[in-house]
Amino acid sequence: MEIKQAAVIGAGVMGSGIAAHLANAGIPVKLLDIVPDGASNRNVIAEGAVQKLLKADPAPLMSKRVAKRITPGNTEDHLDTLGDCDWIIEAVLENPAIKQDLYGRLEKVKKAGAVVSSNTSTIPLEVLVDGRSDAFKSDFMVTHFFNPPRYMRLLEIVAGPDTRPEAVEAISAFADIRLGKGVVPCKDTPGFIANRIGTYWITAAVNDAIAQGLTVEEADLVVGRPMGIPKTGVFGLIDLVGLDLMPHVAKSLLATLPAEDAFRGIYAEHPLLSKMIADGYTGRKGKGGFYRLNKTNGARVKESIDLQTGAYAPSQKARLSSVDAAKKGGLRALCEAEDKAGRYAWSVLSKTLSYAASLVPAISDTVAGVDEAMRLGYNWKFGPFELIDQLGADWLIARLEAEGQPVPDLLRTAAGRSFYRITDGRIEYLTVDGAYATLERPEGVLLLADIKRVAEPIVANGSAALWDVGDGVTCFEFRAKMNTLDDQVMELLGKALKITAKDYKAMVVYNEGSNFSVGANLGLALFAVNIAMWPQIDQLIKGGQDTYKALKYAPFPVVGAPSGMALGGGCEILLHCDAVQAHAETYTGLVEVGVGVVPGWGGCKEMILRHMSNPRRAGGPMPALTQVFQTIGTAQVAKSALEAQEMLFFLPDRSGVTMNRDRLLADAKARALALADGYEAPKPPEEIRLPGSTAKMAMQLAVDGLAQQGKATPHDVVVSDALGDVLSGGDTDITETVTEEQLLKLERQAFLSLLRTPGTLARVEHMLTTGKPLRN
Amino acid sequence: MPTYKAPIDDIKFVLHEVLDIEKLATLPGYEEATADLIDHVLEEGAKFCENEVVPLNQVGDTVGCKYENGVVRTPPGFKEAYQHFAEQGWIGLAADPKYGGQGMPKLVNFVLEEVLCSANMAFSTYPGLSHGAYNAIEYWGSDELKDLYLPKLVDGTWSGTMCLTEPHCGTDLGLIRTKAVPNDDDSYKITGTKIFITAGEHDMTDNILHLVLARLPDAPEGIKGISLFLVPKFLPKQEGGDWVAGMRNGIACGSIEHKMGLHGSATCVMNLDEATGWLVGDPHKGMRAMFTMMNAARLGVALQGLSAGEASYQNALAYAKERIQGRSLTGTKHPDKAADPIIVHPDVRKNLLTMKAFAEGARAMSYWVGMEIDRGIKDPDPDARQEADDLVALMTPILKAYQTDMGFDCANIGMQILGGHGYIHEWGMEQFARDARIAMIYEGANGIQALDLVGRKLPQNMGRLLRRFFHPVDAFIKAHAKDPDLAEFIGPLTKSFAKLQQVTAWIAQKGLKNPDEAGAASTDYLRIFALVGLAYMWARMVKAARAKLGNGANGNAAFYDSKVKTAQFFYARQLPQVNALATQAMSGAASLMALEEAAF
Repeated sequence: MEIKQAAVIGAGVMGSGIAAHLANAGIPVKLLDIVPDGASNRNVIAEGAVQKLLKADPAPLMSKRVAKRITPGNTEDHLDTLGDCDWIIEAVLENPAIKQDLYGRLEKVKKAGAVVSSNTSTIPLEVLVDGRSDAFKSDFMVTHFFNPPRYMRLLEIVAGPDTRPEAVEAISAFADIRLGKGVVPCKDTPGFIANRIGTYWITAAVNDAIAQGLTVEEADLVVGRPMGIPKTGVFGLIDLVGLDLMPHVAKSLLATLPAEDAFRGIYAEHPLLSKMIADGYTGRKGKGGFYRLNKTNGARVKESIDLQTGAYAPSQKARLSSVDAAKKGGLRALCEAEDKAGRYAWSVLSKTLSYAASLVPAISDTVAGVDEAMRLGYNWKFGPFELIDQLGADWLIARLEAEGQPVPDLLRTAAGRSFYRITDGRIEYLTVDGAYATLERPEGVLLLADIKRVAEPIVANGSAALWDVGDGVTCFEFRAKMNTLDDQVMELLGKALKITAKDYKAMVVYNEGSNFSVGANLGLALFAVNIAMWPQIDQLIKGGQDTYKALKYAPFPVVGAPSGMALGGGCEILLHCDAVQAHAETYTGLVEVGVGVVPGWGGCKEMILRHMSNPRRAGGPMPALTQVFQTIGTAQVAKSALEAQEMLFFLPDRSGVTMNRDRLLADAKARALALADGYEAPKPPEEIRLPGSTAKMAMQLAVDGLAQQGKATPHDVVVSDALGDVLSGGDTDITETVTEEQLLKLERQAFLSLLRTPGTLARVEHMLTTGKPLRN
Repeated sequence: MPTYKAPIDDIKFVLHEVLDIEKLATLPGYEEATADLIDHVLEEGAKFCENEVVPLNQVGDTVGCKYENGVVRTPPGFKEAYQHFAEQGWIGLAADPKYGGQGMPKLVNFVLEEVLCSANMAFSTYPGLSHGAYNAIEYWGSDELKDLYLPKLVDGTWSGTMCLTEPHCGTDLGLIRTKAVPNDDDSYKITGTKIFITAGEHDMTDNILHLVLARLPDAPEGIKGISLFLVPKFLPKQEGGDWVAGMRNGIACGSIEHKMGLHGSATCVMNLDEATGWLVGDPHKGMRAMFTMMNAARLGVALQGLSAGEASYQNALAYAKERIQGRSLTGTKHPDKAADPIIVHPDVRKNLLTMKAFAEGARAMSYWVGMEIDRGIKDPDPDARQEADDLVALMTPILKAYQTDMGFDCANIGMQILGGHGYIHEWGMEQFARDARIAMIYEGANGIQALDLVGRKLPQNMGRLLRRFFHPVDAFIKAHAKDPDLAEFIGPLTKSFAKLQQVTAWIAQKGLKNPDEAGAASTDYLRIFALVGLAYMWARMVKAARAKLGNGANGNAAFYDSKVKTAQFFYARQLPQVNALATQAMSGAASLMALEEAAF
């Protein structure tokens, strides 16, 4: 079954977000909602939802253009148009009667074999399909997305006893490959996996923080980073999802959970939380939550609530020595600490981990599924069973016993061993019957992490490594902190090009950091500038230019495979690749002006070349150059791979998008191999003609205008001026041709001259010390 | 008996011809500090020091300070000289006119400090500590504190101290135990013991203002829980519209130390027993306030090193010219005498030139930094002030450690020139050595200075402080690459500068991964930095001297010629140390850390 047309019914936050993500994946989608009483525009809800999608931040749409794929409609007039849909997703109110009624109507219009799924998070599947035909039941399942659907990778799928396995397979494969989701099969139990454990964790963390007298900052510091949980911790997370959602979720769980479930024992309604919700303090979407930004008197003060009194006061950064100690001693050291942080960490963790262990196999067949769900659905770095391994199963059992706490059966099964182990370089997990099973990667998933477990790099240094990823393809990996680029990266890249040319067919540039690369190592560069090591700086720039150029003209294809941020020098390397296979969530741009310099590793040159040779550009060189000037001069960042294609950071005909992060390396490798057959290195451009001083003047004029309107700062003018020197082609005119080398020299000159200005050095220093750009 | 004449010509050369001190008069607030006025002030100050302070140096050492029943008697003559010094306004030379000061640039006071220290280092500690107290109160104190106490410090009727060290803690002030408990009013009761308190008790002023580090009851642990308090010996009371010393406060001197040298300066144990004090600056921010005193004090100590070198040089030079003994290696130079003076010998000359080159080079480097202090305070452009503050912060540990190391070395070398006469008391040379030795230790031992340089100053703002030194030197080298006046100097300067860059980058890189690497390289690195700084100053001095020589030299060709020849000596016989030091610094920490602690 192929999914070519989809529909989402219910244009609320979740429904419209799911529709947006289907559109991101290139699927035409009908988005229907009810007709409000007396509405003149019968599609008003769905149309309004599309408008909201276009404005929301973070953007649910990967490009404004994809909104065209969403056709808004209503459930009264357009339900019968759904006969062409292969997948119909229901995301209406969490009310069984409404859903059942809708399914009754859908049953009449859907084509045979089309899948209907519900995005319910609380209603059992067996209730939903009550009264439906066998055929409908065989096409029905629960597909539970997480908010926001574009960004949260978890998709919980629940199949009923009558659901066709092929339907589950088809939707799972589509969700994995086309939507980029991590699909976790769940059982038809309340809250499925992630919310079942997540709600328990949140409740325990809130209860214990109040009972043990921690401030919200202290609590978030403990149940955050030390446990591999996002730094929003628990109170920050509740602010984000909305305080009012919590009692709602809890009550629906209480209505359906088994009588003996531990959640019943810890759930409590806190007067403070009830009052906050009643008063409109529902979190970031309301007047504020446990934290708020107080903007009185023109100042913005971050405040937090006192959990005992309910009064707001300026937020105090928490300092807990045992949390610092845990950085070295790990999670166990934190739990063993005898201060309030240690007590709190232990009480929250011991409850949560015991609860998770008690639920397998009831909610999931495997511990791996539970861990995956918590990683992808709550952004935990480690799932509960990985956390137990960090503490040590034996240590955990002993302490639970010592305190008279029950020890779940599954945890006893792990006594004397761990939930995960590595055998012959492969990850194995403990099954409920006490044996180990191999964690299988789906077809088309290739991970460098897996390769690293069984192989050594071909060559490596502190900042980069070259790997053999099979079939004659090498993988060049950045590995410095934040994947910054320095002379060591360039040195190894030079070696990698030689090795690949000699012994391999193709290369991909790829890594599994959270960001592809945030650009050049500014700290090193600034230090070198500060001690006036000008020749070394010149060499840093020249070395980068030479290496990137060698990459461009290498006798084999190079495919860039970014994910996350690819900024500055990280963007420039992609500009030099033959092709780019990008993860959909790639954020790329030439942001050098933010630190007061211009792209110096061929970024200006490559942008000129691709814009000048863009077949769709307007006549004459100026429109193309103006575009480049704006893109670089205002540090524009593409906020998805699709936007990067629109902005020509990736050439549409020489790039592809991979939706699932885990499939990126395999896709990039396949693209590289496809190019390798009969590959010919690109020829240097025959003719680059640039206007020289006339273009420079036009650019200057534009910047002066911005400066007069107060939109450009004094140093912006200086930086733009240097950028204009490069983009105009320097001392040339349209009758002359310039070479790539000349353009590179202009880049170098501009870069070095800017590094000698105090304004640029202040920008670099500010970025390094505060992480924010300086507007000087 | 040792002698000393203020090297006014050398001082003027640096101020006017190298640093162009006239520029200071363009800063708002310094309009009156013209070159003529500054020269006049310095000449008068020099006269005072030569006539009234130099003669007290030896008696200060032999008699020393006497302690009896909580009272300290300073050596004979000290009190009278101090009173004259105060009456003539020297203490408030660079103080704010608002508090009765003369409002002169800090640089002018810098020069006076040098001269005063050369004249009598022990004597100089009394006004020196008052300056530290003045800075801290002026910068951090409330208006009330400033209005009451600053005029007293400026007119010298009251003096000041810094009470930091305790019996169990010196370098690590986070361990401080002295306690401060709030009273009902805005004052505090302070209890504890402070040791090594210079000028903690004496008989020269009506009152003594102690700036005391102590811990409040709710203080966070360690260095972040220290507060600074002003604790007067006598609680001030108003009398006829003026403040005078009133009731005795609960702070008293328990004893004074018996030291290797600096006998004229009282080094006191101070006992505080519920002494009343007032907070200076914010609670728990005492270290910040303390560094205001400390940084100025460290530069003051750096000047003591310079002063010791100058004093030792002058006395050794006089002896080397007079003392006849044997003949020159290359034949008789003074046939009229029974023997040649020992100055004919290369090695004696090497010793003399080492001292001369140090004193003149360090003087230029110190005044350069001193001038930046003024820019840091008075320049109307905030960026320029930041640049100046950066340079001062960077150079402070370098000047403190290098100049005090060399000050002692020079005192030692000077003794050597006098032979047996250097070792006996009469000639004063051994006193210079004993007095100078403390400067390497107090206000942060020199090892600590080196750690400050590599651990704090180097990485600060990704090396921004370094820019303030490296960029001007780099620009100077480039500007004078083809300058015939500097032909023989630019090459070695370039090379030693490149070595400094190399070691700096090495430390930054290695130290980031393993701080022991930075620590192991630190003292060698500091010395490299100082030598390159001196090489830069010597090149600037040569430039200034040759400009004069090419322009008639005001009939003083010998003076300018001597500058060039001393520069040549420095470049030939001091600067090359950079190479060995760089090799040592970059040899890594392993040779220092390999030996097990138990195996020592």
